[in-house]
Amino acid sequence: MIPPFETFYEEHRDEIYRFLERRLGRQRAEDAFQETFLRALRAYPRLHTSDHLRAWVFTIASRIVVDDFRRRRPNAELPELVTEDGRPAYEELAPLTDDLPPKQRAAIVLRYGYDLEYDEIGAALGSTEQAARQAASAGVRRLRKEKT
Amino acid sequence: MTVSPTLDERFRAAAAAANLLDVAFDVITDTPVGPLLVGVTDHGLCRISYDADAEHHLESLAKQFGPRVLRSPKPIEHVRRELDEYFEGRRRHFELATDIRGLSAYNQKVLAELAHVEYGHTTTYGALAALAGNPRAARAVGTIMNRNPIPIVLPCHRVVGVSGSLTGYAGGLDRKEQLLRLEGALL
Repeated sequence: MIPPFETFYEEHRDEIYRFLERRLGRQRAEDAFQETFLRALRAYPRLHTSDHLRAWVFTIASRIVVDDFRRRRPNAELPELVTEDGRPAYEELAPLTDDLPPKQRAAIVLRYGYDLEYDEIGAALGSTEQAARQAASAGVRRLRKEKT
Repeated sequence: MTVSPTLDERFRAAAAAANLLDVAFDVITDTPVGPLLVGVTDHGLCRISYDADAEHHLESLAKQFGPRVLRSPKPIEHVRRELDEYFEGRRRHFELATDIRGLSAYNQKVLAELAHVEYGHTTTYGALAALAGNPRAARAVGTIMNRNPIPIVLPCHRVVGVSGSLTGYAGGLDRKEQLLRLEGALL
């Protein structure tokens, strides 16, 4: 069973806020904070397990950071999706996926690392089930090409 | 750095405004009967408790109504207003929808009959049992009163023993007496 959202929120709000503030500065962090937990709320009823909730919410926050950068500076290099905070949960897949574009990496890590369904991944990444499925399979194709 | 109270409240309000909550709850601190925890779903009022420690309610609310349980003051604003009016003696009927979906059919039936017991009046466990279809079920009705998820609004304080003794109240007999005095049912 997943915990009541209040419990989950209280447990992670401060570290998520610190993460966003470091990446985005205070003002943008406030909007990103709200967006992170609203997306988490949308996806929350579809979660099947309370494992990896921390990694899951960091993934959502990371996604929002990436989107924010992309919106503001379309041509700039994207920040690393994996963060110091998120690192432990990503570790196993990190060496494999480090070179992938952020969206593909997030989709693969959530699918194969955390066993989330594509609709959950879509919700976590703020896109659709289909987009999540495509990102994961594009990532896998790319890995096959690179690693074999 | 921690989340500022302003940002925290902003998120809680946004979550409710976006209709993303299964249960919104808050604690009303300043009532004559002490702090009250109040919970609402989009169907209506689902909990009032004299135990205002939210920790004690999160799991059961999540189990009954869904995991998206969050403290958020705005959705309970109308409950706060009606309770204020009631405690000030300006309100005799609540106009609040209630959400008792999770309860057994019999339980719901008894609570529906209870809702008809009027302000300032009392009834007995046996009489309420009779209204719900079985006059011999007074004891079962007592148990249902004891577990009433929405005291005050579903007025289990108006149910007393045959002799007129107050008998019992999950919130404590003092509170039962206090509410009946407020309504003029006790002198």
